Amino acid sequence: MESILNFITQYQEVIYIVILMIFVGIEVIGHVPSVLHTPLMSGANAIHGVVIIGAIIVMGKAEESNYLALILGFLAVVLGTLNVVGGFVVTDRMLEMFKKKK
Amino acid sequence: MELNILTLCYLIGSVTFIVGLKMLSNPATARKGNWIAAVGMGVAIVGTIFLYRDDEGARLHNYAWIFGGIAIGALIGTLAAKKVKMTAMPEMVSMFNGMGGACAALISLIEFGHIHDISAEPVGKLSIIFAGLVIGSVSFAGSMIAWGKLNGKVKDFDFPGQHMLNNILLLAAIGLSSWIIATEPASAPQLIYAVLGMALLYGVFFVLPIGGADMPVVISLLNSFTGIAAACGGFLYNNKVMLTGGILVGAAGTLLTILMCRAMNRSLMNVLIGSFGGGNKAAAAGAKQQGSYKEISLSDAAVVMAYANKVFIVPGYGLAVAQAQHACHELEKLLEAKGVEVKYAIHPVAGRMPGHMNVLLAEADVSYDKLEEMETANEQFESTDVVLILGANDVVNPAAKTDPSSPIYGMPILDVELAKAVIVNKRSMKPGYAGIENDLFFQKKTSMLFGDAKKVLQDLATEIKSL
Repeated sequence: MESILNFITQYQEVIYIVILMIFVGIEVIGHVPSVLHTPLMSGANAIHGVVIIGAIIVMGKAEESNYLALILGFLAVVLGTLNVVGGFVVTDRMLEMFKKKK
Repeated sequence: MELNILTLCYLIGSVTFIVGLKMLSNPATARKGNWIAAVGMGVAIVGTIFLYRDDEGARLHNYAWIFGGIAIGALIGTLAAKKVKMTAMPEMVSMFNGMGGACAALISLIEFGHIHDISAEPVGKLSIIFAGLVIGSVSFAGSMIAWGKLNGKVKDFDFPGQHMLNNILLLAAIGLSSWIIATEPASAPQLIYAVLGMALLYGVFFVLPIGGADMPVVISLLNSFTGIAAACGGFLYNNKVMLTGGILVGAAGTLLTILMCRAMNRSLMNVLIGSFGGGNKAAAAGAKQQGSYKEISLSDAAVVMAYANKVFIVPGYGLAVAQAQHACHELEKLLEAKGVEVKYAIHPVAGRMPGHMNVLLAEADVSYDKLEEMETANEQFESTDVVLILGANDVVNPAAKTDPSSPIYGMPILDVELAKAVIVNKRSMKPGYAGIENDLFFQKKTSMLFGDAKKVLQDLATEIKSL
């Protein structure tokens, strides 16, 4: 019990963010029309590409002699960038089609 | 100072993600929303590269590797996203999602490799590393299978006891992770690969038995998994933008998954466990329903449509596969020139993904106001003369309303049989994606027009021109 309370106190900031973000995430897309399901999913897919930041940090911290970390980190940066760039471009291409035409 | 600027960068990133997602859920602002989120992402990435300091105040190095990786990823990503065909977009999304999952798993793997003395690390950090590894790997493997299924490279596959094996695999992966965290064995650096292997295998077996028609739901679910895996990275580095972005997508993705299931009137459980489409149920349903259907010639179909007052077009996956959206728009224009009112009835799950049809038709310049959602379309079918069904099947199957034993029972459908006449274009009498027969094809007012959707539409257009 003690340790759980300690944990909550120590990480309270993070816990607040997680709980608030869950509600924000649900609230923000709550009224999406079904036409936009696919682009929205694609856009959300691009946003979780934010994992690239972790990849950059891991890559930037790797020691120059540690080849395994260098190679894996490099791979992580490539894959993360693919997720971000590809995700946003594909979403934009989908949404380009929704332009109102008369 | 620099670190404060980085904090500001991350704050901008987090806010743009929320605003972007909000704007993405409204047709008028969606495109702008996507760009806003992209700009915020750019700010966060650039800030990280140049301003990041670790706990000891050291800057990042290996810039050549970082920029090289970003350049390669950006190049391939842009090319792939620009070149992909409209019909193949769903699998592209799945592919990119898998890349994100793999990225999260790799981060965990490397961070674990950096640990010299496992017993000195707090349990919280180890748990996060393993959570990121397992969730990221499941998302990666699952997304790859979903990608393969959508482009037809991977076939539906299941065997007796598969769900049991799945559960065992997942429990084993979690169990082994917990055991490593709790006992901190010396062999941990090797054992983590066993965890990785089990998580990958679980991802494969998790998606394999699920029918291709349900892939959108699965991709959406895996999308939210990757979000959570990204958030694990946020915990690990105490990085607020990763945390907010990841959790935001995790929550929104989960809700979106549920919304998609609801559009098909099914529960998530039912999608994940009830691998329908194969097996006895479909065969039984097929056996009892082999009435006679009648065909219609191209010229008759052209006449019927050209002299109608109102025509509804119901596009389905067949249209997408045949890339017939432009031919469809041509036909629409010809009919309108003859004074026929032409509308499109879009089922929420028509095509391979919700919203897929809208994207395709928009590509062919079909006006947005001609597209009717299911509810409005259903109100108008009674006053419609001809319904032209282009490669759609399950979404117009009356069994969803009449046959409680049918696997699609309860799914809302387009009530096309209310119209005066129904013309169905299909390549053959083969059942649709759910693998069940369609009573509609055997009804009196229905006539079949076999052939590839694009060719049929072009021929119809020629016929109508010569009338």
